[in-house]
Amino acid sequence: MSEVPGDLRYSNSHEWVRVNEDGTVTTGISDHAQEQLGDLVFVELPEVDHEVEAEEACAVVESVKAASDVYAPIAGTVVEVNEELADAPEAVNQDPYGAGWLMRIQPSSVDDVDRLMSPEEYQEYIESE
Amino acid sequence: MPFVPHTEDDIRDMLKTIGVPAIEDLFDEIPQHLRGGKLEGIPEGMTEQEITRLMHERAAKDGQPLCFIGAGAYEHHVPAAVWELVTRGEFYSAYTPYQAEASQGTLQLVYEFQTMMTELMAMDVSNASLYDGASALAEAVLMAIRANRKSKSRRILIPTSVHPAYRATTRTIVTNQGIELVEVPFDNEGGHVTLDSLEAYSGEDIAALVIAQPNFFGVLEDVDALTDWAHANGVMVIAVANPVAAALLKPPGQWGETGADIAVGEGQPLGVPLSSGGPYFGFMCARQTFVRQMPGRIVGRTVDRDGREGFTLTLQAREQHIRRSKATSNICTNQGLLVTAATIHMSLLGAEGLRRVALASHANTRKLVDKLSNEYIRPRFSRPFFHEAVLTTDLSLKRLLRPLYAHNLQPGYVLTDDYPELGESLLVCATETKTDADLDRFVDHLGRAIEKQTTTGCPVQPKMA
Repeated sequence: MSEVPGDLRYSNSHEWVRVNEDGTVTTGISDHAQEQLGDLVFVELPEVDHEVEAEEACAVVESVKAASDVYAPIAGTVVEVNEELADAPEAVNQDPYGAGWLMRIQPSSVDDVDRLMSPEEYQEYIESE
Repeated sequence: MPFVPHTEDDIRDMLKTIGVPAIEDLFDEIPQHLRGGKLEGIPEGMTEQEITRLMHERAAKDGQPLCFIGAGAYEHHVPAAVWELVTRGEFYSAYTPYQAEASQGTLQLVYEFQTMMTELMAMDVSNASLYDGASALAEAVLMAIRANRKSKSRRILIPTSVHPAYRATTRTIVTNQGIELVEVPFDNEGGHVTLDSLEAYSGEDIAALVIAQPNFFGVLEDVDALTDWAHANGVMVIAVANPVAAALLKPPGQWGETGADIAVGEGQPLGVPLSSGGPYFGFMCARQTFVRQMPGRIVGRTVDRDGREGFTLTLQAREQHIRRSKATSNICTNQGLLVTAATIHMSLLGAEGLRRVALASHANTRKLVDKLSNEYIRPRFSRPFFHEAVLTTDLSLKRLLRPLYAHNLQPGYVLTDDYPELGESLLVCATETKTDADLDRFVDHLGRAIEKQTTTGCPVQPKMA
């Protein structure tokens, strides 16, 4: 059973979003997504200052069996990426909502967060998949 | 396993089973205007006896000329052991095995090839080969566009001194992907690319610069200065290297302060005969940082569950059969048989042997150019060359060369079509396979042709009787 923390929002392509106090959002892939992918061996992240559209493929997570795109859950500008993942991609498997975060985005409009799924909706979504 | 084609009866039975009247109906969802048309140029089948006769006749047409043409494919001595071993049943397939790890010998061989290529090019990683040098350059351009994260542009600087066929192939492959190939002229005196011609692009957003060493004219480029210019401007460097020259010259991985980012080239000079233009193989090496953007197959060395050494196809997650349309390239294969030849060839020659081939080829070409130069024929460019050089004349090249062809001698590659601005110019090459007697034969025949064209008046008296 995958973990779905109650304080986050979720996209239908399995990214999570946390709204920070400074108005930026931190994103990563959900516990469900990392379970499906298996052991990650490489994470490719965008450049800082890169402007992303919502649902734009902006990162790649590569496991032993597949390489998958990660989509920006929200439009905005990338302000920070998790450099630690270059040497430790397994953090995404071990702690997808903590040390395994992927990037921090300054959203064009923070209201966009509300369009994402609530934890309850996401729970239902992955059960129905 | 024998190949058993379907009989007419088999085909009829299969169509009946699936309820389709004719094979053509299976393809009816492809619109007519997208069909490749009829294969009208393909003749009827021939019997074995007829085909043997035909091929003997064609083989006899190849007069085995004394060949001074290089221009991208080079005649080198290939030790007899190379193709004796390559044609053994264990190796004799062009294919990458589908259950790759079941063929440990093949994987080990490719691994050895990759190791040799990285040493020769002084680069971190190599793939298992590509189709040929020209398509390897196209793949390198696509790779640079993916890999250069400092650049948002889809522009590539490509000097006109890069092989014309490589430029044409690259254009064909990359143009429809919205990539712009910007041509940079070569210097009229030296035949090389100067920093002056690149200055116009300083500060512009360019993804990569292509540097050929030697270039199509055999001329040595100032690779250190060009590489440093590129890196100072956030531009990646794609080296197009002759692998024999790399044994003698500074390898791409050591160009400038930081070295080239990608090195590609034609592998034919490493043990593959000219054989009328193919099959050959392309090679590609890169810095470790870019390994995930590298197209094609990569063999890695690893250990199994019990700690025993083994070989495996690695980094496949970015390939077409897994990543579909998002794959780094649609190349999912390699030139296995030619790579086998190259690996055996390199292991027989060794680093020292390859270096001696390079030195002897350079010395022979140097000697040929000196012997051919006179008041009518002169070297076109002033820069140093490797094993190929451009000669130019004010006389009619066509008339000069005609008698040489008649004497079964191929004097070189005429540059008029590709480079009209070079006038009556000829690209000549003398590898280590040429003897002094061969060079003298060339010099004698050309001397006589010059004499014929420059003797004024008609000394022949009309016959009176």
